[in-house]
Amino acid sequence: MNWHTIGTVYVKELRDTLRDRRTLISMIIVPTLFMPGLIFGMGKAASVIVSKAKAEIPRVMVIGGADSPGLRSELERSGRFRLEKALPDWRKLISEKRIRAAVEIPDGFEKALLAGSAPAVTLYDYEGELKSGLAVEQLRGFFTDLRDKATSRLLAERGLPSTIAHPFEVRQVNVAPPEKVGGNLLGGIIPYFIIFLCLLGAMYPAMDLSAGEKERGTMETLLCCPAARTDIVLGKFLMVLTGSLFAVGSSLASLAATLLLAAASIKAGGVGDGMLSIDPLGILGVLALIVPVAVLFSAGLFAIALFAKSLKEAQSYVTPMTFLVIVPVAIGVLPGIELNFHLALVPILNISLACKEMLSGVWHWGYIGVIFGSTALYAAVALAVCVKMFRSEGVIFRT
Amino acid sequence: MIEARLLTKVFRDKKRGEIRGADKVSFRVEPGMIYGLLGANGAGKTTTLRMLGTLLKPTGGSASVAGHDVVAEPDRVRANIGFLAASTALYARLTAREMIAYFGRLYGMDERTLRARIGALSEELDMGDFLDRRCDKLSTGMKQKTSVARTIVHDPQVLIFDEPTLGLDVMTARAIVQFVRQCRGRGKTVIYSTHVMSEAEKLCDVVGIIHEGALRAEGTLAELRARTGEADLEESFVKIVTGGAAA
Repeated sequence: MNWHTIGTVYVKELRDTLRDRRTLISMIIVPTLFMPGLIFGMGKAASVIVSKAKAEIPRVMVIGGADSPGLRSELERSGRFRLEKALPDWRKLISEKRIRAAVEIPDGFEKALLAGSAPAVTLYDYEGELKSGLAVEQLRGFFTDLRDKATSRLLAERGLPSTIAHPFEVRQVNVAPPEKVGGNLLGGIIPYFIIFLCLLGAMYPAMDLSAGEKERGTMETLLCCPAARTDIVLGKFLMVLTGSLFAVGSSLASLAATLLLAAASIKAGGVGDGMLSIDPLGILGVLALIVPVAVLFSAGLFAIALFAKSLKEAQSYVTPMTFLVIVPVAIGVLPGIELNFHLALVPILNISLACKEMLSGVWHWGYIGVIFGSTALYAAVALAVCVKMFRSEGVIFRT
Repeated sequence: MIEARLLTKVFRDKKRGEIRGADKVSFRVEPGMIYGLLGANGAGKTTTLRMLGTLLKPTGGSASVAGHDVVAEPDRVRANIGFLAASTALYARLTAREMIAYFGRLYGMDERTLRARIGALSEELDMGDFLDRRCDKLSTGMKQKTSVARTIVHDPQVLIFDEPTLGLDVMTARAIVQFVRQCRGRGKTVIYSTHVMSEAEKLCDVVGIIHEGALRAEGTLAELRARTGEADLEESFVKIVTGGAAA
């Protein structure tokens, strides 16, 4: 290996890449804007949608209960619902979102309530639909209040204390530090995006430096010089790796900045801090573990793209790789899947699971060692394949 | 000096089976001489030259360039040749100076020598106006000058030109032909592959006619004319490749 040649190729590729707008977009701009866009953009959109839904007074249909006028007027007086005239096709109206929910009051409800029996009120909603869910939540709150009042009244009538209905209280107190809470909340989703961006950052340079060079006719020019093929491929590979690591670095830096800003704005809003904070050690752990993955992606993508004759052909080979990466990462994000020795050997899935654990403050050093070692081994194999392919005239001069 | 001895290249294709890109091609080129390799498209010129340039490994025979075997010492062969082909392009996002310097470094030149060499080449090829312009902004002629400078930046003993005027306008093509002639004047060993007969007539000391991978005839222009009984090289070429004349 000649480090001067490797360095010469690397510096040239870096200069060339920094002058290429398309690579800069995939390597710097997308990863930098992705996390703030996701957290602020989606967060803002979700908050607007939920606030709007909560501000709406839901249209509710009362079915039955003609002999319980008190209940009906109580519902109206509460101002929390817009009561619609009862119609026989109320189920269809809920499905079509023309009303949000319906409440069925049994005959003789008020009479039964006074007699101390337990008539059943049925609430109808469209599960999964936000506004319908909120309407039912409101209705449930209304009827819970009504039940509590009835209970208190019945107890008072019998001369019993109201605490008889609530003999004890249940409280829940969180003992996890804020960064662990943040880690658990974001730990599942962050590895998903980091691994994806690691792939994205390597993708365009890998194609441009291999198939792109073949297509433009510069590969033959390069191979005419006395530099060893291994040195050339290593110089190019280092550039692809730089693209991948730069994408991860930019996304993590922008993520850190985003979380700091988000935490500051939450604190300023008085909602409470810590919801979006993450253990910095966890971020460092992710960064360390992502290095062999970046090597694996860079070498793998470079080898695949090298086989192609043109950028277009390379894209058709490389695009399915995205799905191959997304599937194990998505499996890792699923709740309930935990790291074990066998999963620690499964490429990509192992990183996803380990990152999730590290960000929530759990460090299984044994598994982390296995993951680092196995991923480094896979990466070395991919790099060896890459070098072998670059030395093959059947690949370089494929027609 | 270049010497090819029964140089053979067989490609294996799933659909077409075995294809003989070059079939026992033998020739010798001395310093200060331009050897013209003439053939139609697909005749085997590029395959032969790529083997000499160590871009392809021969499946049979042997060849040496500047005293080095193309299989045993490919790095030394490449260090001693300048390879210019119509298909060898420039890096669009680099300037002409960066392009030449990149190759100079890959040829192991130190920075001081490289700077001096780029200055000399810029003067010789009249590149001063566009030396610091990006290659994708250059005209075809400027690009070709940059390619030439890239090819000779390390001042090689042997120069291989594979259809270097393909797709060029008359003026640029003339400049290339003139440059190749100058190389001979400097004692370089030159192989010039073309299917343009007029270029071969103007440039070549010895011509080899290649067809279907095999060298069908070889000699000076006068010898080929005498052998075929034709006054015109094009007619001689046609007669040879269609079997009307023996080597």
